[in-house]
Amino acid sequence: MIAGLERIVGREQVLTKEEELRLYEYDGSVETGRPDCVVFPGNKSEVVEIARWSNRNGVPMVGRGAGTGLSGGALAREGGVQVVFSRMNRILAVDYENQRAVVEPGVVNLELSRAVARAGLQYAPDPSSQKSCTIGGNVSENAGGPHTLRYGVTTNHILGLEVVMPDGEMYRIGGAAVDAPGYDLVGLFVGSEGTLGLVVEITAKLTRLPESVKTLLAVFETTDDATETVVALTARGITPAACEMMDGWTIRVVESWIRAGLPTDAGALLLIEVDGPREAAEEQAAAVVETCRAHKAREVRTAKDEREREALWKARKNAFGAVGRVAPDCYVQDGVIPRTRLPETLRRIGEIGKRHGFEVGNIFHAGDGNLHPMLCFDRREPGTFERAMAAASEIIALCVELGGSITGEHGVGMEKDRLMPLLFSETDLELMKRVRSAFNPSGLLNPGKLFPVSKSCGEIRAPAMGRGPSEPIEGARNERVGSDAETRGGTQR
Amino acid sequence: MATEVQQTMAVKAGETELADYRDFARCVHCGLCLNHCPTYRLWGREADSPRGRIRQMFLVDSGEMAMDATFVTHIDRCLDCRACETACPSGVEYGKLVELARGRIEREYRRTGMARLGREIFYRRLLPYPKRMAALGGLMRLAQRSGMQKLAQSTGLLKLMGLETRAELLPEIDRKFFSTETTRTFPARGVRRARVAFFAGCVARMTFSALNDATIRVLQANGCEVVVPEGQWCCGALAVHAGYRDVARELARRNLDVFFAGGDGFDAIVTNAAGCGSTMKEYGLLFGPESEDHERAKGFEDKLRDVTEFLDELGLTAPMQRVPLRATYQDSCHLLHGQKVREAPRRLIQAVKGVELVEMELSDQCCGSAGVYNVTQTETAMALLRKKMECVNATAAQVILTANPGCLLQLRAGAKLAGDGQEVLHVVELLDRAIEQERA
Ligand SMILES: Cc1cc2nc3c(=O)[nH]c(=O)nc-3n(C[C@H](O)[C@H](O)[C@H](O)COP(=O)(O)OP(=O)(O)OC[C@H]3O[C@@H](n4cnc5c(N)ncnc54)[C@H](O)[C@@H]3O)c2cc1C
Ligand code: SF4
Ligand code: SF4
Repeated sequence: MIAGLERIVGREQVLTKEEELRLYEYDGSVETGRPDCVVFPGNKSEVVEIARWSNRNGVPMVGRGAGTGLSGGALAREGGVQVVFSRMNRILAVDYENQRAVVEPGVVNLELSRAVARAGLQYAPDPSSQKSCTIGGNVSENAGGPHTLRYGVTTNHILGLEVVMPDGEMYRIGGAAVDAPGYDLVGLFVGSEGTLGLVVEITAKLTRLPESVKTLLAVFETTDDATETVVALTARGITPAACEMMDGWTIRVVESWIRAGLPTDAGALLLIEVDGPREAAEEQAAAVVETCRAHKAREVRTAKDEREREALWKARKNAFGAVGRVAPDCYVQDGVIPRTRLPETLRRIGEIGKRHGFEVGNIFHAGDGNLHPMLCFDRREPGTFERAMAAASEIIALCVELGGSITGEHGVGMEKDRLMPLLFSETDLELMKRVRSAFNPSGLLNPGKLFPVSKSCGEIRAPAMGRGPSEPIEGARNERVGSDAETRGGTQR
Repeated sequence: MATEVQQTMAVKAGETELADYRDFARCVHCGLCLNHCPTYRLWGREADSPRGRIRQMFLVDSGEMAMDATFVTHIDRCLDCRACETACPSGVEYGKLVELARGRIEREYRRTGMARLGREIFYRRLLPYPKRMAALGGLMRLAQRSGMQKLAQSTGLLKLMGLETRAELLPEIDRKFFSTETTRTFPARGVRRARVAFFAGCVARMTFSALNDATIRVLQANGCEVVVPEGQWCCGALAVHAGYRDVARELARRNLDVFFAGGDGFDAIVTNAAGCGSTMKEYGLLFGPESEDHERAKGFEDKLRDVTEFLDELGLTAPMQRVPLRATYQDSCHLLHGQKVREAPRRLIQAVKGVELVEMELSDQCCGSAGVYNVTQTETAMALLRKKMECVNATAAQVILTANPGCLLQLRAGAKLAGDGQEVLHVVELLDRAIEQERA
């Protein structure tokens, strides 16, 4: 069977040895799932052939970009073939006048911005993983980033896609212009977590680099002061380009590595960026400073030059990794809450952590209310992993209870499938499954993701005030669409 | 001296050094390092990425994976450039991990016939012995001058020496080697501001004696008394990178003896080779806390400075002439990623009036030199060099500046093969030029 694949891409581009496959069983998440083989297509038509092969042989298939995903989206939960796009990494065309680029899915996010920077342009979505993650992966996860607050998430920057369906048909959806006529299929595909089709070409919007950027660092004694500042900024109608918060614990961890000059005795800080035409940016910066001061900011610094600005952003974008120095395992959560409830939420997250014996670090997109609580532990200590997962589940349930969501940008993948019922009723989920079936009727593409399959979720109950069903999630398990559901079951490796 | 080394080296001290679980666990497999890794950029494979290599080393150390040819291939292909360390937010000490893994490979894995023999001869029978290396250098010079290069190449001599089979990549062997036979002292010009010991290198003293001379002149001109202690030899970097940790330890011990002899304090031990400096700043890893040499090793680390770092800290005082030229700077991996020195060489370059420093794209990516990598993995090294030259050419610089002899060699070949004939200089050679012109 493998010979068929080798004929498509060449022997060199197929991996089947156990020791090779073990390097594709992980991604940036805490999950694992080993493929039975890995294939590296070099162009669209090879992807078409691979999909046909998978369809013909009834082998599950999953796409993979750089494997920086935080929800196990790219993992072969049920084995099968993993299609890795690292070779399809060419920028095919840049139309400077009309500000758009056509790229292959394996192009690294930052490389696109770098390539067009000289022309004063950028690819605006900037996930913290941008130096490694691919645009294909961004499309699938509808990635956001610190500057999402001003520029929007990935979906706001994708004009058109070329996709290969699980049966090997290739389609072009969307177009070169904004708001193509007909159904917004691009909108549907972006954020579909690789469960509808494989993306083989992307037409992306490029954005002008702002004339002026001001980066401010506001230092607070307590997290409450910082979160209240965020609420106040919103109330005053100030929308910065980015507004990131870091709590005291995280500041100390990050500073010990990056030395960006963060105040290690602070309780919290906000990293706020405003941009636009020079005067507008300056005006906004002044308003931000004033609001921070009014909410007991101990100090508000403005980055003097590009170097200082870079140092601050480096500290922010490398924060998750820096936490890896504290303990062997780190579980980064991703939840959303209405930003007006930030102060209360952070307090309660701290309490949940304490109850389970963890110090919870917080660094997140405060402007969007997109939280990333981090739990550090050592899984070799018996029971710790379970405690961490229990604490994480409670945190997510809290987000839902407060009127938020189970994921802001990392996706559901195989990590949060069992949490979907917290947010959606069975009928809600049914509609989504019907959509998936329309594109992926055999269920062979990225099986075991997005919808609940796991059996180990009996203890998680929907919170009283949430939007979810009031019965235990137990009832929702093993709800699968497609022919693969019964035969393969929810095998979790 | 040679016999001493010979004796201790005969005992291949029962080494068992392995990395610790925590060293591996620091890697949270976030993937932020991937695109900084030259081999991942070339091939897009996990197995040739930092994250994948760490996983493989972990699996081998924990007994879940065999130490087989596949594993060894991927570890061999690593440049040990440590760009991944700079990129990694978790503080994974990749250099340490890969060097320990290579140590284990050398101890436990049987390479095939010729490869094994060549490595054994070079690392155990030649490298540790100054006289033999000098003799070999002499032979090579003869070969180069008498057009017998072909012969030398066909006997595999050059390959053993760690030199490329392509003529462009061959270092020109100097007529007169830089001497460390007796201790030499070079007085400071003007007021003495510091007293430093100079580390002259092994291969470098046969092929880069002009660079060594220039380094000493620049140090003198900036008020340093420079002592070149006798009996010093190779720092052990090549051996560490190849996994010959016992050899490296013996070489290191000799340097500890030489530079601490007499106990007269130097303000610094200075080197112009970033690759050597990086290893010497990590002697503490060769002599762990349990070793009786640990203290001395740590003391040595503290004293060691790259020449660019040292001059930058000291401050330039020598009068310099304007040198009008357009230059670009290639970060030497073991200066930037190994020693985390980025700004010092740039500040020195900009201290020379008339020099226009144009940054190239990806100056933090390896040029493919990587110690003896351009011999052992020639094809990859050349692919990286071509990419490097594209970035260099785009700057339209007349001069490529860098901070390590190995990089100089590789970039000179690059300028010839894929460049616009750029001149390639060490940063101190630029300073030397500015100072000499002023004095002329
Ligand atoms: C340190 C760190 C910081 C992060 N910060 C952010 C952040 O700020 N914002 C954010 O949104 N995310 C963030 N992430 C998560 C992650 O980087 C993003 O989800 C990113 O979009 C994943 O891209 P990737 O190329 O690594 O995709 P992968 O992880 O390889 O795959 C992700 C999903 O995309 C699918 N996929 C990949 N390529 C294709 C394709 N061509 N066609 C179809 N499906 C495909 C996969 O099947 C999978 O479901 C962060 C991750 C890390 C490790
Ligand atoms: S080495 Fe560092 S950057 Fe690379 S995957 Fe591991 S933790 Fe991430
Ligand atoms: S040392 Fe260099 S080549 Fe080796 S894994 Fe790290 S970045 Fe890649």
